[in-house]
Amino acid sequence: MRLTLTCALALLTAPALADEIRMLNWQGYGTDLPWAVAAFTAATGHTVVHDYFNSEQEMLTKLRTNPGAYDVVLINSAFTAQAQAEGLLAPIDPTLIANFADLDPSLAGNPDLSPGGALYGVPWTWGLTSFAVSTDVFAEPPTSLAVFWDPAYAGRVSIRDDALEAVQFAALATGQNINDITDLDAVRAKLAALMPQISAYWSSENDWNQFMAAGDFAIGTYWSGSAARSAAAGLPVAFVVPDEGAIGWLDGLSIPATSTHQAAAHAFIDWMIDPDFYVRWEPDGAPASANAAAAAALPETSFNRAVLGDPAVVARVQFMQPVSDEDREAYLALWQDLKAQQ
Amino acid sequence: MLARADRGRLAGLLAPAYLWLTAAVFLPLSAMLWFAFLTDVPFGGREASLTLDNFARALTNPTYRILLGKSLELGLIVTALCALIGFPCALVLAKAIRGRAREALFLLVILPFWSNSLVRIFSWAIVLRGNGVLDSAVNWISPWPVDVNLMFSQSAIVIGLVHSYLPYMILTCYLALQGIDDALIEAARSLGAGPLRILWRLLIPLAAPGLIAGAVLIFVPVVGSFMEPRILGGRVGTYFGTVIEDQFIAVFNWPLGAALSFCLLAVVLVILAIAAPVLRRAA
Repeated sequence: MRLTLTCALALLTAPALADEIRMLNWQGYGTDLPWAVAAFTAATGHTVVHDYFNSEQEMLTKLRTNPGAYDVVLINSAFTAQAQAEGLLAPIDPTLIANFADLDPSLAGNPDLSPGGALYGVPWTWGLTSFAVSTDVFAEPPTSLAVFWDPAYAGRVSIRDDALEAVQFAALATGQNINDITDLDAVRAKLAALMPQISAYWSSENDWNQFMAAGDFAIGTYWSGSAARSAAAGLPVAFVVPDEGAIGWLDGLSIPATSTHQAAAHAFIDWMIDPDFYVRWEPDGAPASANAAAAAALPETSFNRAVLGDPAVVARVQFMQPVSDEDREAYLALWQDLKAQQ
Repeated sequence: MLARADRGRLAGLLAPAYLWLTAAVFLPLSAMLWFAFLTDVPFGGREASLTLDNFARALTNPTYRILLGKSLELGLIVTALCALIGFPCALVLAKAIRGRAREALFLLVILPFWSNSLVRIFSWAIVLRGNGVLDSAVNWISPWPVDVNLMFSQSAIVIGLVHSYLPYMILTCYLALQGIDDALIEAARSLGAGPLRILWRLLIPLAAPGLIAGAVLIFVPVVGSFMEPRILGGRVGTYFGTVIEDQFIAVFNWPLGAALSFCLLAVVLVILAIAAPVLRRAA
């Protein structure tokens, strides 16, 4: 037994000594925390180098055009199937990831992360796309999406410059299922009515924080994890999960098919879902962890228990599913057309 | 008639320039033209075949026509403003100021070129936004509260672009005005021409090549600009250039982006071709 373990460890570590892992992620999203990378390097000898993307499409572009350049990539579960179908991903071996057993079974078993039956993404974090308001403007946070269309906030409203998110947001506001939008005309009308309210679109967390700090925004669609980070950084913002519901998302860590350091990549993913890592990351505004053991280790006042832990909130969430190319193209045409008319 | 040795030397001397042009201009451009006729980008084992679909979409979609109109209008406004501001500046530099003062002023004109264009545009964002530098300054002087928020408007885009491209106009006009003999102006004055008449009948016609060169240098990049509209325009900042940028960066449709770029190039070339005889007569 002991011998087998030693052999297994030797097999795992021997070829991977002092590899350099290249990680592709959003900037400032957990994996590039200096202390986390330092701890990983101290434990395994592997170093981590980061590259960043500003949209899921840019991430896919980088994977397609730079074969062999990345070893671990963050992919939203709605894109995992597409990346796998294009042959960009390698299957993941859960037996190489010690913490895999502690993952929330419903997230680990999410079919979107296992296109074709094999595992192509390890669930890492999840959260909501909803909206946040400036507490300088709102004494009491609103409870309905209707506030976006309130003329009192004309010119101080923002949504992200993203066709899918804009359309799904309007689908929520018109009481539709975000994964099965039947009345696209209602969505278009709702968005057309929203346009005059908007000052500028945002495209990154950094944008959003700057616009909010400068007072350009009073209300903006936002991600739960980013809202927790902004609040922790001292911005006067409150995250709202309105009566109409919110868009849920699940981020997974995947390994590109062209990765040249697959064993080291598995080790890094294992560290990323480790409770020790998550408990230290969480106070900085991390999203909810997919690891049940990590979530259980949090203090009860934390954002991820107070806001996302309420079963009534979770019941209102509509989780995003993969979107077909036809729908995506229709949404993009709708969004570009609306933008061009401004 | 060049001697054989001379011809050989000439070819040797010109070869680096032509090699450079081929590598830096012709090859990338032809690669983009090739992409414009493909169904998909031929990377990562994706299937691609030849098609005219991208050009059909670029030419028939009304969204792109609206945006093309907006971009051409923006190009005209910015070019006209650059000419209106740049020509007088160049005139003062060339004819009214001498010696060290001219060197110092020249430095100030070229200074914007030394800073990154993104930095310039973000600085304008700080100046133009509500509660920004301009708003505070105006409210400090004005006896009653004035709301100066130019951010996220066409005015903001025009201000940013004029600031970025004005040096081209000043430099080309300066060179043209510098070449005008002062004796001509003195002769005109001694024959009784007033300052306006000298400007209209003498300086502008003689400096026309500089004005035209500056206008072309400014109009072409402004029509395709994307960074300035995106940052300073906010909701109204969607132009032909930003849509091309989206195709390359956001939605990974390089073929459509390339087709849109070449449509824009064709439109700009047609406009320049139509304008050429008029401009030449002016010159």
